[in-house]
Amino acid sequence: MAGKITVHDPRGYPPKVVGKRLANRPESLDGKVLYLIDCLFDNADVFMEQLRLWFAQNMPAVETRVVRPRESWVDDPEMRAKVAADGAAAIIGVGL
Amino acid sequence: MGFALALEQQGVPTIPVSTHAFARLAKATALAAGMPTIRSVFVPQPVVGRSASELRAYIEGTDPILKQPFMKGVLDGLLQPLTDEDLKGATFERSTPRLLEPDTEENLRQLFIEQGWTDYLPVILPTEDLVERMLKGTSLPGDKIVGRMRPTSFREAWEFDIEKVAVNAVMAGARPEYLPVILAMAASGISARSSSTTSWATISVVNGPIRNEIGMNSGVGALGPYNHANATIGRAYCLTSQNVQGGSVPGDTYMGTLGNNWNYTACFAENEERSPWSPFHVDQGFKPTDSTVSVFFGGWYTQSGFGPRETWQDKFIRCLVGTDHYSPPLIVMDPLVARAFVDLGYTKQSLIDWCAQNAKLPARNYWDDQWITTLVRPHAIAGVEPYASRLKAAPDELISIFRPEDIKIVVTGGETQGAFKMIGGRFSTRGPGTENKSNPTGLIDVWR
Repeated sequence: MAGKITVHDPRGYPPKVVGKRLANRPESLDGKVLYLIDCLFDNADVFMEQLRLWFAQNMPAVETRVVRPRESWVDDPEMRAKVAADGAAAIIGVGL
Repeated sequence: MGFALALEQQGVPTIPVSTHAFARLAKATALAAGMPTIRSVFVPQPVVGRSASELRAYIEGTDPILKQPFMKGVLDGLLQPLTDEDLKGATFERSTPRLLEPDTEENLRQLFIEQGWTDYLPVILPTEDLVERMLKGTSLPGDKIVGRMRPTSFREAWEFDIEKVAVNAVMAGARPEYLPVILAMAASGISARSSSTTSWATISVVNGPIRNEIGMNSGVGALGPYNHANATIGRAYCLTSQNVQGGSVPGDTYMGTLGNNWNYTACFAENEERSPWSPFHVDQGFKPTDSTVSVFFGGWYTQSGFGPRETWQDKFIRCLVGTDHYSPPLIVMDPLVARAFVDLGYTKQSLIDWCAQNAKLPARNYWDDQWITTLVRPHAIAGVEPYASRLKAAPDELISIFRPEDIKIVVTGGETQGAFKMIGGRFSTRGPGTENKSNPTGLIDVWR
């Protein structure tokens, strides 16, 4: 131990991570509702509109619906409930 | 990412789309949420400012991270059957030891640098003796929980106690008598190491008797490197933030594109003795005999000037409309400036009101801002005033950009010149990377 010192770890205490599974996947999106969630980040609305147009032109059997949360970076349980009620899948963007 | 994680749990297959610059952050966020296999896809950075046709090219192009057609990643992610890893997620516990393995001073210094626990300036290693001595700066036990902190709103918050703050205070070179101030700053829940792309910092203002008890500088060079307490308290808050929240690592837990030199240290005291106005903390409802620290979230821009001279109103308007108006100004003025405004007939509040009334931009310019669009516009659409009226304004109509309550004034400086600064400094309400949205003035006395 000569010449050695003991020092504290400066980091805080991380929370325990509990594993969460992904949702079951459908075999197809045909005839189903795909929600396109505009997360409200600057220009995300333009991106989502282009994504909607892509599905309309390339996968017209998919019904797309664009939705938005009430505000940026804040959870919106009502919007999630709406998506979960009749959505087969969702795409959200652009950003984190 | 948070919405995607929540929707997957609600049984909705969800694909989060991010720009490629956020790939590491997206992966780390998903792992910390226990869902490491969430099926993310990526487009090139940036999306902001790109035209509809350019964004369509992103959609029809290649995912820069997955190296495959973007839409293949989307459709595979939504339709491909789940793997075993998808079904179980990731459960794990991370622990941080109280003490590190004994080693030589040289090796430990290298370890602290390699782990990203410093600001790359020399630190004092937090030995048991030094931390114990630091803890004598408070009467409270070292294992008392101070709070939780996170680099941004969608990351998991880490918890920390008094001892962890003391450890970082030692590293910063602070003295035990400063510890209650540092604890009050940390207890704000506001991170001085926000991961926002905007490179935010915090600026902290100390009021009350403790300023003089610990020898803080509110005179000549108050904002500069001329006082031990100012310098090390600000640095201790910064080091505490980056370490107790689990890091401030570029590309992972820090995304500020330019960075910010206020992130090294930014703390000063108000010159209450030379100010003609009530101290800042008294304006917030505290007693003059209370000692407080107020944390402003910003540091993104600085406007400056002298006066007030004959054309001060023009100068102030130029400064106010020259701000990045998502981040309202903390106006820091020398006592000479404050007293000159008194001579002109202004109180602190009437000067703030004047600023709010005269800081105007054409609506077109007001709304043509990334953060105003992202964070304020949803409130305007929802009918929240004054934002709803600002949204209704014609593009050339001049609209107010700040409410009186957005603007704060603090008096400090040594009266060698009638100088002022307007520093980006949001005092309260929402701000990226802030855990505490409502109470950024903390009472230091409860941490003594």
